[in-house]
Amino acid sequence: MIRLRNLHKSYRMGTNRLHVLKGIDLDVGAGELISIMGASGSGKSTLMNILGLLDRYDEGSYQLDGEEMKDLSETRAANLRSRFIGFVFQSFHLVPFKTAAENVALPLYYQGVPRKRRNRTAAEYLERVGLADRAEHLPRELSGGQQQRVAIARALITQPKVILADEPTGALDSQTSYEILKVLQGVQAEGVSVIIITHERDIAGMTDRIIHLVDGTIDWDRKIKRHDPEAEIGAATPEELAQAGPAAAAAGAGAPA
Amino acid sequence: MIDVDTWQEIFDTLRRNRLRTVLTGFAVAWGIFMLIVLLGSGEGLKNGVEYQFRDDAINSIWVSSGRTSAPFKGLQPGRQIRFTNDDYSEVTTRIAGVEYSSARFWIFGSQQVNYQDEWGSFSIRAVHPGHKMLEKTKVVEGRFVNDLDLRDYRKVAAIGTLVKDALFHDAPAIGREIRIAGISFKVIGVFDDDGSEGEREIIYLPITTAQRTFNGKNRVNQILYTTGDASLAESTGMADQTRDILATNHTFDPEDQRAIFLRNGVEQFQRFVAMMNGIRLFVWMVGIGTLLAGVVGVSNIMLVAVKERTREIGVRKALGATPRSIVGLILKESVLITAVAGYLGLVLGVLVLEGVGRVLPEESAFFRNPQVDLSTGIAATILLVVAGTVAGYFPARRAASVQPVEALRED
Repeated sequence: MIRLRNLHKSYRMGTNRLHVLKGIDLDVGAGELISIMGASGSGKSTLMNILGLLDRYDEGSYQLDGEEMKDLSETRAANLRSRFIGFVFQSFHLVPFKTAAENVALPLYYQGVPRKRRNRTAAEYLERVGLADRAEHLPRELSGGQQQRVAIARALITQPKVILADEPTGALDSQTSYEILKVLQGVQAEGVSVIIITHERDIAGMTDRIIHLVDGTIDWDRKIKRHDPEAEIGAATPEELAQAGPAAAAAGAGAPA
Repeated sequence: MIDVDTWQEIFDTLRRNRLRTVLTGFAVAWGIFMLIVLLGSGEGLKNGVEYQFRDDAINSIWVSSGRTSAPFKGLQPGRQIRFTNDDYSEVTTRIAGVEYSSARFWIFGSQQVNYQDEWGSFSIRAVHPGHKMLEKTKVVEGRFVNDLDLRDYRKVAAIGTLVKDALFHDAPAIGREIRIAGISFKVIGVFDDDGSEGEREIIYLPITTAQRTFNGKNRVNQILYTTGDASLAESTGMADQTRDILATNHTFDPEDQRAIFLRNGVEQFQRFVAMMNGIRLFVWMVGIGTLLAGVVGVSNIMLVAVKERTREIGVRKALGATPRSIVGLILKESVLITAVAGYLGLVLGVLVLEGVGRVLPEESAFFRNPQVDLSTGIAATILLVVAGTVAGYFPARRAASVQPVEALRED
């Protein structure tokens, strides 16, 4: 689904060039649930934005569904985003003056779907994230977890191939975070690739594969066994996690040996 | 994309951002409103001035006699100039371009006039038939003095509506005999006049009859004629010729400004036209200033609005909006607001002008019928719409073309 080869990206900061991504090689298959971890400044958000066609890259190659993504026009990028990619942001980014249902329906508007079908589909997806009864509420009338679920419904409504979630739980308490992750796991179960950026180990532990970025390069990339932090909540101190098995160890290990 | 849908999206956005919508709309509506009121007021002033000239033919030259103020060819100053019938016929036949003409012979003071037992006191003017055109007299019944009346010295009279009311009340006047200073005249017509009330309290007699009856010999007090479609230069030439003829006939210095008094309506009118053009220019300048203020206001609001929406634009782009659809959304919004608000301002301005026009007293002379050319108003509205669009376009295009990630970062 996603294939990165030697991807570079740098920003100009005044007279300095800030080399953020220094040659990333990455393959993401269909229906994978991946987390990208790393300290702030490690380039994970930049990688996410490039994957989401929200930003350009300088060098290397990025193939999405077999197609090269270099130097896309804005219009082409918009169409690809509309067809392939769904976004979930840390601060939700719901349109504040639109109701939950209208927010969910918005991507379909840009696909030219007629209003009636849009509204019907939006209702279905809200139902799926368990917010059917909040359809007519404005974002400010919803809790953070509810807003994020609306955002997920909005990301899903176009039936994308890839969901990109940039710190989807960063603004939520841990209980709500786990709920959101479960929703995303459900999405993955339907064959959608889900890529989550996070710096929370327990969140990363709920995915199947962790990619750890350090200073613009992939430090390590390994498959793990998904675990359920809620079930382990009683034992969830770092030391205990470290002894709780390979999956938890991977999730708990910021810097494995 | 389905068009109805686009507009639905736009209406929705406008409805949900009411304050911004109202502010933008207000700037536009106010600009148009002020422009309409200003232009309408200018028009009112112009109408007022034109009203001043409604009474008499504009293209007319009026000559009255005076006293010489300078010695000339051995003659003393202070001589009274008296026009005669010969002066009148010479002026009207020798000067090319004279259209309608009349002399006036005054019977000084008001005269006692009666019809049977009804009495009144009215001014008498003895004139030629052309006087009707010069004074813009409107005959409402019967006829005005004509050439046959003059040739046959008929004792006939055309009376003003107020004279008729005073002497005849509702009874018919045509064909009845009235007495002017005891002398019998037959009423041949009743006339109305747009001028002051005094113009409707006048009795017109054939000049020949009056000169004979009231012992006027061949005396004439005023000579008046219209200049047709003569230009200002031509009419000035005609006025100069008139002065020369009279100066020769009466031996006075043509430069003597007090021997005769010559009023050139065209010249006066031209002066007013020049003044009106000045006023109009001023009004336009103020109007355009107001409009510019409106343009700046609208542009400003659009700039801020787009800036404020950068994040929303980023979100929309992440959801698959093309730059085109983003620019289209903002432009259509701005066109909708400015057009609707401009129309409201237009309607409101016209209503205010209409209201003022109604409230003004009928006789108000300097400000009448304020109204505005609708096409001007519409043009101004379109200008504002275009301004709002242009002002919205550049920031919208910028917002639509920045990488969505930057737009999303904006707070």
